[in-house]
Amino acid sequence: MVKLIIDSQSVEAEETWTVLEAARYYGIDIPTLCYYEGLSPTSSCRLCVVEVIRGGRSRLTASCSMPVQEGIEVRTNSERVRKARKVIIELLLASCPNSRTLQCLASKYGVTKIRFKPEDRGCILCGLCVRMCEEQMQAGAIGFVYRGVDREVAMPFHTRHEACRECGACQFICPVCEMPCQGPMQPGQLCNACLDAVQLEAFPSKD
Amino acid sequence: MAKIKSPAMLEEYRNEILRKRERYTRVISLCGGPGCHAQHCNEIYEAVKKAVEKNGSSESVMVRKTGCHGFCEMGPIAVIQPEGIFYCKISLEDVPEIVERTLEKGEAIERLLYSDPESEKAIIKESKVPFYAKQKRLLMSMNEHIDPGNIEDYLAQGGYRALVKALFEMEPLEIIDEVDKAGLRGRGGAGFPAASKWRACRKAIARDGIKYVLCNADEGDPGAYMDRSLLEGNPHLVLEGMLIGAYGIGATEGYIYVRHEYPLTVENLLIALDQAREVGLLGKNILGSGFDFDIKVSIGGGAFVCGESTALMASIEGRIGEPRVKHIHTAERGLFNRPTNLNNVETWANVPLIINQGAVKYRKIGTKTSTGTKIFSLVGSINNTGLVEVPMGMTLREIIFDIGGGVPKGRKFKAVQTGGPSGGCIPESLLDTPVDFDALYDVGSMMGSGGMIVMDETTCMVDIARYFVDFLCDESCGKCVPCREGLKQMLFILEDITQGRGSLDQLELLKELAEVMRDTSLCGLGQTAANPVLSTLHYFEEEYIEHIKKKKCRAGVCKPLISFSINAKKCTGCMACRKACPVGAIKGKKKEAHVIQPEKCEKCGICFEACKYGAVVRK
Amino acid sequence: MKKELSPELKAVEKYGSDRTCLIPILHEVQKEYRYLPEKALRNIASMLDISLVDVYGVATYFRSFSLEPKGKHTVTCCMGTACHVRNSPGVLEEAKRTLGIDAGETTEDMLFSLETVNCLGACALGPIMVVDGEYHGEVTPAKVKKIIGKVKHQEGRD
Repeated sequence: MVKLIIDSQSVEAEETWTVLEAARYYGIDIPTLCYYEGLSPTSSCRLCVVEVIRGGRSRLTASCSMPVQEGIEVRTNSERVRKARKVIIELLLASCPNSRTLQCLASKYGVTKIRFKPEDRGCILCGLCVRMCEEQMQAGAIGFVYRGVDREVAMPFHTRHEACRECGACQFICPVCEMPCQGPMQPGQLCNACLDAVQLEAFPSKD
Repeated sequence: MAKIKSPAMLEEYRNEILRKRERYTRVISLCGGPGCHAQHCNEIYEAVKKAVEKNGSSESVMVRKTGCHGFCEMGPIAVIQPEGIFYCKISLEDVPEIVERTLEKGEAIERLLYSDPESEKAIIKESKVPFYAKQKRLLMSMNEHIDPGNIEDYLAQGGYRALVKALFEMEPLEIIDEVDKAGLRGRGGAGFPAASKWRACRKAIARDGIKYVLCNADEGDPGAYMDRSLLEGNPHLVLEGMLIGAYGIGATEGYIYVRHEYPLTVENLLIALDQAREVGLLGKNILGSGFDFDIKVSIGGGAFVCGESTALMASIEGRIGEPRVKHIHTAERGLFNRPTNLNNVETWANVPLIINQGAVKYRKIGTKTSTGTKIFSLVGSINNTGLVEVPMGMTLREIIFDIGGGVPKGRKFKAVQTGGPSGGCIPESLLDTPVDFDALYDVGSMMGSGGMIVMDETTCMVDIARYFVDFLCDESCGKCVPCREGLKQMLFILEDITQGRGSLDQLELLKELAEVMRDTSLCGLGQTAANPVLSTLHYFEEEYIEHIKKKKCRAGVCKPLISFSINAKKCTGCMACRKACPVGAIKGKKKEAHVIQPEKCEKCGICFEACKYGAVVRK
Repeated sequence: MKKELSPELKAVEKYGSDRTCLIPILHEVQKEYRYLPEKALRNIASMLDISLVDVYGVATYFRSFSLEPKGKHTVTCCMGTACHVRNSPGVLEEAKRTLGIDAGETTEDMLFSLETVNCLGACALGPIMVVDGEYHGEVTPAKVKKIIGKVKHQEGRD
């Protein structure tokens, strides 16, 4: 067993656990988008970042892939973490304005304005579908193509490939291709209808 | 050539080479570096060779095409030994005279010599040219004595002696200790101590006995070509460094990852590898020591992010070159999940030097925390463009003004950019900052791989920030949100500002975004991507504010904020601008003042260039 | 009659059918076709026994690969920092105007492709424009038309 501190509590964790697994085991909520139990973590959405203090030095790290380590201190809800999380949600909302998942995250973590230019792409490139297709369905029909700001999830040559069995696993796991948020919104606006309600559930906002 | 099986045989071979060369009375080295190459040095080389043959003096004159000599501004360049005569800007027409007078008689031809801009006196010797005199060229000076396609040249310069010392006089751990004592820090950018990496990789357990050492030659920083010049001009120096490192670490296989934009580098490297293999300096039981090591070349596909260690390894493995999280270090699980050590070209090139002369002597050069020399590519708005190698600790001012000769065309210096897209712009007030890993970091930039781009008053600092962000938008792998989406939003904001739509709130947003990108991005590219924005915002905030509040670009770069007009008093009606204008926006009859029609003008500035009378006004 | 081997088969024979050979194979195949045709990518995927999307992903990720056929002549503008501060954006603008295409595109007559590159490492000569491998240094927007015009003239298209 590994001993560490998470949000001021001394806890013990299995050596094979990640920081995220340890936190969730002790009932501490860390938001994630690209993480899914049973799929390999890629740490690409960065929503699960936590502050890790080791040897007096503090840095933000993705908790979904970081193994627990003896003696580290983890803060899942510090000022620095909250600020980073909010900006990441805001950035994601600019690229996928009507996603219900994102709108709910915005309400939960207190994002009340989007200062970025919205550009609806209908995909947050979390890659869950890609890993689902490859790792669980053994199909490898879809993948990431192009790079940088042009990166997208697609089939080769953007046409249906014989490797796709139309199993629907990609749609099942997609966090944004669901019913859009029902709030009255233009791209770039926030729903925040349930802001007060979910804010009560969220953690107390002290470090 | 039979394989060399012992150090004694290597020395014998070396002596034989030297003996063979005693007959040469003169050696002419023609620079074949990228700058000279672009200026047709190949044709000059062929012409010199032919002329020497025709003269019947090929027995006494050696004609050699080498890698980069460094003084690219003056290319094509030639150096004639033993006199050390330095010729610059030579052309095909000069060849007969060079052969006849210099190669035959050792006379210097005055018009081909470098003329000192201050005293206007011609300087004969290379070592006396101010550009070279103030440098400390521990690595680069060898280039002019070496034809990269001939291993004998490297051996004639004492090459592979460090390898012999390492293999036969030192224990692997002693090698790492020596490099540790020398204080060698990675020249690829971040300045991580090389020996710490080596030690970690040596300690790591290789389940199947295979460990790798890699050489990063994916020199992607725009405006930087040091690694290219070393690897292309003196490949054996890098190979020797890798061999020593591999022996220290216990690695048996190596890869050199070269960017595909450098085809000549790959060509030279493949020849060098073949020759090293042929004489037994690579392969099984090297020099009879029992040590096995070989190197493969892997060619990149054109991606800046592949300079990042895990992305580079992914690319060698034939996958998309994107970084992964490094909770487990590559020293333990790197290429093909095996222990791997990666260093950049210049870092490897320093290794033979450290082993040859010892850590104590090596440490004497440079500062306490940054030892040795550093090669910079001094480019942009600078008189003496080229590669300069200086001891760490020299100030930026000395490099730019004493070696670089300052800013041309009487313009005023504005900033120097170091560290490429991960670095920052340093203003004039900080020019006394020494080049040292830590000092550059403290002023908001970084050493980077060695690009040093000088900017004058015609460079807009907001536009430069936009340029780097635009570059990174294209070069980010797109995997993590802060880098991909953050850069995109950053570009939107900077475009707003450079196009006159910006607001002051956006400056705060830029800073906030920059902080989150640094804190949360997955790899070094994203973590440092905001540096060009933050440093220009810090040192040149007034330019940002001017763009936003006054809708003015003082450098005359941001098109929506400038306009072109013709001063009727100065205009002679010569029609030059009218003919040159690609969109037909200029009206006017011959010998009458012309007028630019603002609604048609696309602000390309061609008229400004075309006017000989200074009548076109850019505001 | 012996059937000519396809470039992809030749490349696989040269480098091997291991996944690590994918990038060199793509380089080799592109050298033959001057771009990467769909059929070649499909062949490579099946010869290397990896999924097509992996091959397609790598081919679209790296800048040196093109899935579109390229023109007979290539005009490349260097956009490195040293060239940028010496007005390479103006040079690129003028090249776009002269050819009537955007960077990364090919003219309809398949004569010219316009490319940008992030640094050629010949910074002393910036801004640099390369036409079919020939370097032109210290290019100004005004010189662009002349340089491209020369090639157009050879092709009888001016």
